[in-house]
Amino acid sequence: MTLAPERTSSPARTSISPTAPHVSEPTHLEAERHTLNTRLSVGGGSEREHLPKKSGRPNPFGRLTNAEIEGIGRELDAIRAEVMDSRGARDAAYIRRVIKVQRGLEIGSRVVLLFSRNKVAWAAGTVGLSLAKILENMEIGHNVLHGQWDWMRDPKIHSTTWDWDMASPAKQWKHSHNELHHTYTNVLGRDNDLGYGLLRVDEDQEWQLFHLGQPIWHLINAMFFEYGIAAYDLELRGNLQNWNELSDKDKEVFKANLHEMLGKIRKQALKDYVLHPLVSGPSFLPTLAANFTANIVRNVWSNTVIICGHFPDGIDTFETDSIDGETRGEWYLRQMLGSGNISGSKFTHIMTGNLSHQIEHHLFPDMPSNRYAEISPKIQALMAKHDLHYVTGPVLKQAYQVYRKVCRLSLPNEEPGRSRWSVVRGELAKVVRGKGEARTKRHLPSTV
Amino acid sequence: MTAAPPRPASARRPQLINGVWKLAAAIATPVLPEDYLDFVAPLRAGADLRGRIVAKRLETADSATLTIKPGRSWRGHVPGQYIRIGIDVDGVRHWRAYSLTSVVGDGTISITTKAIPDGIVSNHLVREAQPGTLVMLDQAIGEFVLPTPLPAKILFLTAGSGITPVMGMLRNLPTGVGPDITLLHSAPTPADVMFAGELGALAAGGRIRLVTRHTDTAGMLDLATLDEQVPDWRERQVWVCGPTGLLDAAEAHWAGHGLADALHVERFRPTIIEPGEGGEITFLGSEVTIDADGATPILDAGEDAGLLLKSGCRMGICFGCVVTMRQGAVRDLRTGEITVAEPGDELPIQTCINAVAGSCDLEA
Repeated sequence: MTLAPERTSSPARTSISPTAPHVSEPTHLEAERHTLNTRLSVGGGSEREHLPKKSGRPNPFGRLTNAEIEGIGRELDAIRAEVMDSRGARDAAYIRRVIKVQRGLEIGSRVVLLFSRNKVAWAAGTVGLSLAKILENMEIGHNVLHGQWDWMRDPKIHSTTWDWDMASPAKQWKHSHNELHHTYTNVLGRDNDLGYGLLRVDEDQEWQLFHLGQPIWHLINAMFFEYGIAAYDLELRGNLQNWNELSDKDKEVFKANLHEMLGKIRKQALKDYVLHPLVSGPSFLPTLAANFTANIVRNVWSNTVIICGHFPDGIDTFETDSIDGETRGEWYLRQMLGSGNISGSKFTHIMTGNLSHQIEHHLFPDMPSNRYAEISPKIQALMAKHDLHYVTGPVLKQAYQVYRKVCRLSLPNEEPGRSRWSVVRGELAKVVRGKGEARTKRHLPSTV
Repeated sequence: MTAAPPRPASARRPQLINGVWKLAAAIATPVLPEDYLDFVAPLRAGADLRGRIVAKRLETADSATLTIKPGRSWRGHVPGQYIRIGIDVDGVRHWRAYSLTSVVGDGTISITTKAIPDGIVSNHLVREAQPGTLVMLDQAIGEFVLPTPLPAKILFLTAGSGITPVMGMLRNLPTGVGPDITLLHSAPTPADVMFAGELGALAAGGRIRLVTRHTDTAGMLDLATLDEQVPDWRERQVWVCGPTGLLDAAEAHWAGHGLADALHVERFRPTIIEPGEGGEITFLGSEVTIDADGATPILDAGEDAGLLLKSGCRMGICFGCVVTMRQGAVRDLRTGEITVAEPGDELPIQTCINAVAGSCDLEA
């Protein structure tokens, strides 16, 4: 006796209609798939020519041979296996404890805020709720949605069922973050996280007049980061700019995603800005202010952590064609060179969702976050052995470097025989003359 | 406000509770009020069914009885039925089915489990699990129960831990004069007989006729010799539970004598999943079965067969391709790690880094 359904004896592929929609572009699909599948295991690959980047900076892969890169891949696979094989009850207890603390902190803070007319209650509730929201987004939400805890087989703590306290619906964020950003980390034109389509954070990104204001855009983006991420997950700017070029199906998908997101934002706003204040009765306005403050605090903090992950000095970016046929070893190397850490106390690590171990996280995005600290020395040693720069520093130092870079790159690169300001003046003149060329045809990232 | 006419208080109250609950849900979003309540009252009415282990007693050197207080959503059981228990072993949740052995109606349930070699869950339950532990439960199910009214003559044919559902039945027999019961039970040695004392007492009290066979010395039971041990076996309704060999032999024996209707069989593991290399992948959603080798990711094999499947990074990092495996085995192409889903399991797996290992049924 078997519970399985009746199995057909011959493979069913003969019954598939050749007019099925996905078969219309077999060559594209095949090519794409086999390219990406080279990242499944180390080994293979071949020596490639490492051309300098457009800006004239050296290619970050240039110093290592193919054999060295695949050797690094094997060492990283071994580090991964050691941790993944030892996941157990202690790790499970850790995430459950964090969730329990977070839920307690959140409900406790919201209860205290019911009396937020009292200044002490307002301050305590606001601090508590800010911390709760940070924990919820960083150490819990981000990491659960990465599938770091799927191995526990607990449907309550699983990447397929989790949703988080943030404007972007989990499903949309998983696509733009887990799939696009983590696969194409720091690849110019492929990884939209490089400035979120808003900031110019690398010399090899094209300069536009719009970037002149980015020291301000950056601050606004930080304050309202959750909405920035939501718009980014929708690819709002690109989709609206190219609306007429989108296929009907893409338009439908965009509309469905937009609808889902607005529903989520409505629920989130109803909770923080209507219901919780209403329940607070005479403390309506102080509670509303507290919730707004907590959201801003969470936004600024998560933005700070995240910009420190890829934009500080010494972190590399990669040309689009450098990842054709990329091997697992090369992918690993790109993650190491394309990420940067934050140093600090255990409390700092937890409040960053262990994204303070951004390098370790990018190497092993599905490894439970509480284990990054223990592999960090091994990764540092491995990188030192190959003379690779392990970028790390205190959060304020790293964030300052990013802000400095955002200011510097708000101006175009220096061109031979032309100062940065003369390039700006030229572009401004074009706009003033009404030709508007500067505003169009920016290189837009293609997505898969 | 509403213009509806006033209702009696009893009708208004649930509505009020409903309203408060909706408000709580709107404030708790994106999680549910339940997710908070679960921390303080995991066994409350309306919660996902859970239970707390309240006592543990060793039955033999390698078997133990666990007494579990089920949550208030528990709907009760009929003796002979089993439950599925989900318990975390080394951080990973495993589900297994166990017969209920308890007396019905005292507010707790019990299961008796024997530690089998390499049995992750059975060893954990017998040797590690402690009172106080919270476990996940399903409602009781199973057709292996006694009818009402009881037949006049019953034969229980059991071996090893197959005694457990029968023990559940015996403990719940009505007091007073009951049916004529013979229990023919096999175990390797006297020390391996679960519930030996209790069974002995039932026999001494005249409630059952007990025939115990110690197979290490007496050899396996041969049903051809049943006439010698239970001369009137043809007149009895029979309930059989034990290893597959015993069940198969019993089915052949009773069918061979034209008495298949008298036989009731409990099979715990209808299929045994043995991991292999490559095999059949069944996509339950599209009702397509394909053959794939052990080196091709399930995602690629499915797409090659023309299916549209969820996909993402294609290297195991984004979890965008996760589907539910209903049963079967798959192998992680990066690490060689095997994931097995027994029938009844619902295991999420990534299709981009797993290849079929034997066969697998996927909800895709």
